[in-house]
Amino acid sequence: MAGSIALSEIGDPTAGLAASLRGVTKTYDNGVTALGPIDLDVPRGEFVSLLGPSGCGKSTALKLIAGLAAPTSGSVGVASRTGDKRAGPSIGFVFQEPTLMPWTSVRENVRLPLRLTHMPTGEANTRVGAALTQVGLAEFADAFPRELSGGMKMRVSLARALVTDPDILLLDEPFAALDEITRFRLNNDLLSLWRDLRKTVIFVTHSVFESVYLSQRVIVMTPRPGRLSAEFRIDAPEPRTEDFRTSADYAGYCRMVSKALGSASGQPQS
Amino acid sequence: MSALPAPPLSAAQAAPPDVGHRIVRILLPLMVLVAGIAIWELVVRLNHIPPYVLPAPSAVFTTLVDDWGVLSRSLLVTLLTTLEGFCAAAFGGIALALLFNQSKWLEYSLFPYAVILQVTPIIAIAPLLLIYLPQQTAVVVCAWIVGFFPVLSNTTLGLNSVDRNLAGLFQLYGASRLQTLLLLKLPAALPFILGGLRIAGGLSLIGAVVAEIAAGSAGAGSGLAYRIAESGYRLNIPRMFAALLLLSAAGIVIYGLLALTSHLALRRWHESALGKEN
Repeated sequence: MAGSIALSEIGDPTAGLAASLRGVTKTYDNGVTALGPIDLDVPRGEFVSLLGPSGCGKSTALKLIAGLAAPTSGSVGVASRTGDKRAGPSIGFVFQEPTLMPWTSVRENVRLPLRLTHMPTGEANTRVGAALTQVGLAEFADAFPRELSGGMKMRVSLARALVTDPDILLLDEPFAALDEITRFRLNNDLLSLWRDLRKTVIFVTHSVFESVYLSQRVIVMTPRPGRLSAEFRIDAPEPRTEDFRTSADYAGYCRMVSKALGSASGQPQS
Repeated sequence: MSALPAPPLSAAQAAPPDVGHRIVRILLPLMVLVAGIAIWELVVRLNHIPPYVLPAPSAVFTTLVDDWGVLSRSLLVTLLTTLEGFCAAAFGGIALALLFNQSKWLEYSLFPYAVILQVTPIIAIAPLLLIYLPQQTAVVVCAWIVGFFPVLSNTTLGLNSVDRNLAGLFQLYGASRLQTLLLLKLPAALPFILGGLRIAGGLSLIGAVVAEIAAGSAGAGSGLAYRIAESGYRLNIPRMFAALLLLSAAGIVIYGLLALTSHLALRRWHESALGKEN
């Protein structure tokens, strides 16, 4: 029963799930099982982190949800789009690298998804402008990617994911290559974007601190093959700010999650 | 060609921003050129070497001016042949690479023959082509054969070096094959294509010259290479040198133009076209 299907086909759409994975495994052509089997439900509007060491298949899980790869077995369901269907798929994807087209301006990079779905120019311009304003890069629209810093490139990448107004944002270690100061700022900006837009966010990271700071729910994964090993609900008051980052609660959550990550990574491979 | 000042592209790449260093890099090869010509002139004059053995640079220059009517017509013929061969190479190379990119079967079937065409010496193919094709066509085909492989292989390389994640993004947004080609693959391959064209420009000239020389005995040719062969039979050595000078200059201009095109097309985004200070 390999394959992926729309969520409305596998369950009641009013249940409010944005994405649902059932018994999903992924085995590559060389016989390596990267993932699974895993079962995962992500409710609409939730900010959930997949936390695990490098090579635990968390990026693979994101690619399966995005439909960029097909599961070897099991099913992947994604809720059908709620908003404007002409704007493209219900998913926005941010890669580990900014993954921008170096030959064109920031504006054209952000416009790309709308160009691919043939949105009329006028409407596309408005959306591109709005997306760039959301990430604070309105005055850099005509710059070329190489003229920007690493953090700004990542913001462009985020704006490109937001421009289609997707229901689900998939972020694959987006800030891993940035320095800590830039990463903290982008973490805060991402949180405030999430508070404003209330999109479903699935965030892949190998940083315990980042996952606890950002998420409502942290899911710890085991390495090779990636399975879900523990799950933590982070019940911190909103809005989360630097105060939360330095609080005893935050340190407590981090200790708990770290311990779970340690025991998940230390388990003998099965 | 290598003794002359480097074209603007590579000079801008290697030289630090200070102007003094740049001037030195242009002046030094110029001084070598002037010194070389002066020594040549002196050696010929002091030893009274006859012009049919070795003409003095002044004699070459005089011939260039006196025979300008014949030489310029020949130059035009060779340049036209080169241009036709180059355009055919550029168009054919890029088109074939695009086809290969769309169909692996086609690539597997045809690529080995493109390699065979490339590794067989053109000077050996030219006489055969001259038998089967009209002379002018045969010359253009020679220019095409030598020019097209670098374009084909570079374009293929470029089309295959597209960022995997960007390709994934195009897939996510449901891009059509045409959109992926026009908005992703071709721009990503552009630096490679331009590199291939730069090589093809010089090679097309070589192909044209080789074919003209091979055709020389047929007597109908009138390009610069034919003038060199003809002048050789008549022991008109100064004119040989004058024609050679024009060929060399043509090669430099072709390379310079293509390097400039490449620089202008890539200067805003590609590493190769950006100065060190960035």
